[in-house]
Amino acid sequence: MAAAPPKSLGNIRRSFEPWSDPAAKPLIEVDRVTKSFAGFKAVDDLSLAIHPREFHALLGPSGCGKSTLLRMLAGFETPTAGDIRLDGRSLTGVPPHRRPVNMMFQSYALFPHMSVEKNIAFGLKQDGMARSEIADRVAEMLKLVKLGPFAKRKPQQLSGGQQQRVALARSLAKRPKVLLLDEPLGALDKKLREETQFELMDLQQELGLTFVVVTHDQEEAMVMADRISVMRDGRIQQVATPAVIYEAPATRYVADFIGNVNILDGTVESVADGRVRIATDAGAVEVEGANGVRSADPVAFAIRPEKMRISRTPPERADVNALRGEIWDIAYLGDVTLYNVKLATGNVLRSTVINAHRGIADPLTWDETVWLSFPSDAGIVLTA
Amino acid sequence: MTAVPDNSPGQRTRRRPSRLSRGFVVAVPYLWLLFFFLLPFLIVFKISFSQTAIAQPPYLPVIGLADLVSGGWTKLRQLTIDNYTWIAGDPLYVKAYLSSLRMAAISTALALLVGYPVAYGIARAPRSIRSLLVMLTILPFWTSFLIRVYAWIGILKNEGLLNQLLLWLGVIAQPLTILNTDVAIYIGIVYSYLPFMILPIYASLERMDHRLVEAANDLGCPPTRAFWAITFPLSLPGVLAGIFLVFIPAVGEFVIPDLLGGSSTLMIGKTLWDEFFSNRDWPVSSAVAVVLLMVLVIPIMIFQRLQARQEGAV
Repeated sequence: MAAAPPKSLGNIRRSFEPWSDPAAKPLIEVDRVTKSFAGFKAVDDLSLAIHPREFHALLGPSGCGKSTLLRMLAGFETPTAGDIRLDGRSLTGVPPHRRPVNMMFQSYALFPHMSVEKNIAFGLKQDGMARSEIADRVAEMLKLVKLGPFAKRKPQQLSGGQQQRVALARSLAKRPKVLLLDEPLGALDKKLREETQFELMDLQQELGLTFVVVTHDQEEAMVMADRISVMRDGRIQQVATPAVIYEAPATRYVADFIGNVNILDGTVESVADGRVRIATDAGAVEVEGANGVRSADPVAFAIRPEKMRISRTPPERADVNALRGEIWDIAYLGDVTLYNVKLATGNVLRSTVINAHRGIADPLTWDETVWLSFPSDAGIVLTA
Repeated sequence: MTAVPDNSPGQRTRRRPSRLSRGFVVAVPYLWLLFFFLLPFLIVFKISFSQTAIAQPPYLPVIGLADLVSGGWTKLRQLTIDNYTWIAGDPLYVKAYLSSLRMAAISTALALLVGYPVAYGIARAPRSIRSLLVMLTILPFWTSFLIRVYAWIGILKNEGLLNQLLLWLGVIAQPLTILNTDVAIYIGIVYSYLPFMILPIYASLERMDHRLVEAANDLGCPPTRAFWAITFPLSLPGVLAGIFLVFIPAVGEFVIPDLLGGSSTLMIGKTLWDEFFSNRDWPVSSAVAVVLLMVLVIPIMIFQRLQARQEGAV
């Protein structure tokens, strides 16, 4: 079982969390959907509810079924079993061109024989909108994505970032109930990607739309999404806010996939006063608030590198939550420094130290013997 | 040489191809065109201004290499434009040109109507059988073109396979006369040149990103409309290539009208043949050939100029 979040997790106070309101009606309901391709289950008995105005990220490695799920929402794939509902109405049998859902393609799929303007107007024309109204809407969309001067250009005459914005404008022009984004920033370079992440968030807030984004980039999902579904092998491992996913991962897989983590295998020694004592092969650790585990259960202890203190001197209590080892590797990244510490048992644990000051008088160096220590609320117990 | 080994990377290991070898690569196609297209054309062009003669070769003047060096220039005065005025003056030639263009145009349109769906079908077929289907379309080329056209006589004649089948099915009561009509020529040309229509269209459709059609559907465009809005415009380069590849040889086609067409069929290829072999009038047949080339090349050049301008302007 997942450790129940012990206190308010994350640094963001959220006023938007319809998923914790049992009366709230979700906009998209994925109801036990399975999709098989020639016997291979790309999506396996998956259920998910996405709420109006939510920015939802489907996160996972390639081949985890996230794109297949997105394509089923758009209507390009039909579920083998199960049902998808939008606003309470089943989408089964509704072809893509009748769904109030638009998609932004990973490759952008801009029509190469049409100008930027015509690309954006394409969807509006299909609805038989009046010519003047189309012109107004196109102008509005061009302004929204700051591409006004490029209206008459062909897509291949634009940079990658500009093409991405045309694709966004085109998929938003019809004011869809849901916008599906397939790796929307995958083709952009790092700097542009970071800027665009915030632009997308602002846009989603401004327009009040529901976004479902598929990504394999955990940082991208953490930055943008209200909630993240971590997927693996066609199933969802955990659906939660970025903070919960990071601080209270439900499974070892989620803990490992999101960010860096140190994992020590062990057995539960005792459970008392909501404190669990675990005997790991590296030493004894104590964790607060791990519900549902009993003595002698095989478990794993997980702790993030930034939650471990590294010091030359032993901590006050050296018998528990303190591990001794030797500095094996040091990586200076500017904002933080990583220390890989090798314990006597052979485990290598990572500790991250924030470089809050410019220069340290006596920095730690290779082969030094150090202590890794952490409070009992820093780590969590994983059972799966 | 010094004793110190030169370890600087990539200094002598990778050499750029020499000027000579690069020049050679470029020169080969140009030389080919020069010797096998331009020179023969110039010879034909020159003969078209000659006069018929009972001689070997059957025209005058004969200008040899020797004449070019030693004052043979006087012979040039013997060249005339009589052959061209003759062609322009005889309605037979004008009619033959027009009828060839008309028949080639109809055949090309039919080939497009048949070829586009086939190309589309192959391009949308599972990847594993696509190359097999492409091979099947070019399979007829493994047999002689002449034999295949002959085979159509057996199919199309009054007591032929097609009529027997239709009579047996009860579709018709009397055998249809197809052989020796223009219809037989259309069938022959469409059959013979269909692969040249299918292959370029297939190539352009296969290259197309299917996501573009999905994007159109996603934006509310039903599949049929998406075909006309996205797929067809993007396959136009292939369609144009196919039209040229079928239309140009069809205009000058000789074998098919000769074998399948009737005596009333007037096509320029046949006229050319008669002029050359029956009348042994090399100068006039050369003039016919030069005019045919102009009739085809000039519109194509204008078209390509327009297309280039369209692509340049945005």
